[in-house]
Amino acid sequence: MDLFFELLITAFLIMAGLFGLVGSFGLLKLNDAMSRVHAPTKATTLGVGGVLLASMTYALAIGPHYSVHELMITLFLLLTAPITANFIAKVHIHQKESRDSLPAAGDDGRWATQDLDDADDES
Amino acid sequence: MILYATIFAFGCFGLSILMNLWKVLFADEIADRILALDTMFINAIALMGLYGISLGTGIYFEASMIIAMLGFVSTVAYARFILRGNIIE
Repeated sequence: MDLFFELLITAFLIMAGLFGLVGSFGLLKLNDAMSRVHAPTKATTLGVGGVLLASMTYALAIGPHYSVHELMITLFLLLTAPITANFIAKVHIHQKESRDSLPAAGDDGRWATQDLDDADDES
Repeated sequence: MILYATIFAFGCFGLSILMNLWKVLFADEIADRILALDTMFINAIALMGLYGISLGTGIYFEASMIIAMLGFVSTVAYARFILRGNIIE
């Protein structure tokens, strides 16, 4: 039983380290700014999730008392990572893209981020 | 075995934070800097959890929770400042 938990914690920790490394290396390596958004928000979130799973398993098997409140951090990160990625993509579109360089916005005519420019002009 | 895995994960996340620091300092676009700062916050949460594992206490949970909340709020505030020119309208 002890060996099983030890192997489980070790697997979680190594998986977490590799995912964290892949996320940060993708931030350096990828060429396009829009694809650079993907590497940290997905891979690094998985890495932190692995560390927190290992922490919970450690508290269950070896630690002084059992605790599941690390799940709160995982839940919080899973909730906030898409919002952060959306904001960063908006910043990129606001600064680097024009109406001609973006793909067509369907029925709306233009992307909502570019309404900001017109609102600034009117005020 | 857990000790060596913890050391390995410490090395991985430390290297990740160094790479993010490089990106914060030398990125040529402001969106990349915000993204690298947010990734630094997330890696700091992971380091905090690893430190808790290696010491065998659960006392670092509150610190990492506070880092998670402050990281989200500061990233949103930074992005909003770039987008709108002010944070609270």
